[in-house]
Amino acid sequence: MAEHTAKVTLATRIRKAAARKDYRPADVSPQRRVQRRYSMRLWSVRHARFLERLYNFFADAFLLLHPFWKAVGYARAEAPVKFVEKRVKGLLFDCRMCGQCVLSSTGMSCPMNCPKQLRNGPCGGVRANGNCEVEPDMPCVWVKAWEGSRAMAGGDAILTVQKPVDQSLRETSAWLRVTAEAAAERERERAGEPA
Amino acid sequence: MSTHRPVQPDENPAGIDLPLDPLPGHSSLGRLERVLRRGEFAVTAELNPPDSANPHEVYERAAIFDGWVDGINAVDASGANCHMSSVGICALLTRMGYATILQISCRDRNRIAIQGDVLGAAAMGVGNILCLTGDGVQAGDQPGAKPVFDLDSMSLLETVRIMRDKAKFLSGRKLSTPPAVFLGAAINPFAPPHDFRAHRLAKKVAAGAQFVQGQYCYDVPMFRDYMQKVRDLGLLEDVFVLCGVGPLASARTARWMRANVPGVHIPDHVIARLEGAADQKAEGKRLCIDIINEVKDIPGVSGVHVMAYRQEEYVAEIVHESGVLKGRTPWKREARADDVMVAERLEHILHDESSETPQQIVKEAAN
Repeated sequence: MAEHTAKVTLATRIRKAAARKDYRPADVSPQRRVQRRYSMRLWSVRHARFLERLYNFFADAFLLLHPFWKAVGYARAEAPVKFVEKRVKGLLFDCRMCGQCVLSSTGMSCPMNCPKQLRNGPCGGVRANGNCEVEPDMPCVWVKAWEGSRAMAGGDAILTVQKPVDQSLRETSAWLRVTAEAAAERERERAGEPA
Repeated sequence: MSTHRPVQPDENPAGIDLPLDPLPGHSSLGRLERVLRRGEFAVTAELNPPDSANPHEVYERAAIFDGWVDGINAVDASGANCHMSSVGICALLTRMGYATILQISCRDRNRIAIQGDVLGAAAMGVGNILCLTGDGVQAGDQPGAKPVFDLDSMSLLETVRIMRDKAKFLSGRKLSTPPAVFLGAAINPFAPPHDFRAHRLAKKVAAGAQFVQGQYCYDVPMFRDYMQKVRDLGLLEDVFVLCGVGPLASARTARWMRANVPGVHIPDHVIARLEGAADQKAEGKRLCIDIINEVKDIPGVSGVHVMAYRQEEYVAEIVHESGVLKGRTPWKREARADDVMVAERLEHILHDESSETPQQIVKEAAN
């Protein structure tokens, strides 16, 4: 008995306190992450092939608009583009605005929704039913990513090693950055300089 | 000087805590890499970290592995439970000459802290670093902690590799001496998505992994399939695979582990076997030895990683009875003739009662 009373940890105290109270928040996990309905996100993974084509189309369109962005000024364009980007990607992928989108390398399943924010594949804790270790009701983001990538034409991009997230780019527009980078690349090629 | 001390393979004659001479093609100055590259079957074990500030608890826990394992894993708050830090354990063990495998998990520290720890550990003589993502904080005793996960296991591998091979930090700032470490990672062949798992190992190898230690293996056919895929991808030229094994204390423990420890896969027939035994603990040990005997013959398996949590005293028996060392004795800490001399002298210094105060000594000297 003495051993039982001695083994009170912080966790057990929290658990006991939670049981006593009338109000227990239902929609938060230990990560303080509001759980959403995953249906849209899962739809996006199922239609990864279609979204990949759509994305490629829009990337080209944005690149064509490069002179326009330049005329307006990328800095001035950022606010409205970010407004649209945040809502569109938020709806389709539960986007977290990390500012460095890797959806094309992750089967159109946003890796920032992983509680560990893994960008290079599933951790070893995936449950036997394919759900998350941290949030038992959520399908593992990376199990879905692997499924999505198998449907995509450029799905093997999932096999390349991703760099760690640059936290200083949070809440910025990935679309504009990618467009500006592609434009710079194109100009370098036209000038005949090596990349 | 050390006439009574038996000759040990892979030891610096100038002192057991000193690094070995560099060998061509080796990236660390440690013993584990030498054992693996020589083609010997390696054995590593996990040290249960103490909840204590007493160094002797670490030494005692390491002493039971003496002469049975080639490397000791210093775990970094495994299962998100607070314990003595892995860097602290490595600091103590390297002083005594043990070959340590420093585990770094990305859960608790960001890239600034991790790169600093890598340098500090390498300076202390840690030859092996195991790069892990880490369990989520919900699994441990402090679920209210902030999960960091600034890097993941893959980018951590790449970070340490950049530090070692290019002698610079992730930011590009130069290091005057790069950390000479043998880089490890973890694999879990038993969790979904099963098709991706071998590719994930390929990614880890591309990011810099030179050896991998596996999650508990209780499903040998599944592990065999995984190894087949790994062989087909041609990864075994660049990486040594150590299969994770461990004894189960009872059928109840097995059930509890399956339900509560993230990423552990235990098939029903294993639990049934334990339940049917008269002495479940002995049967658990027997099962572990049987699994070692099965996996050691799978082509491409270079060793085993024994995780005998709270049953560390069985590691020696398991290693002995499975015969994986084939008569070889891994490095063993033994007292040298001069150690005994130092101990005697220390005894004298510590226990001789000195009745003189410093003032009396000064007075005597003045007269």
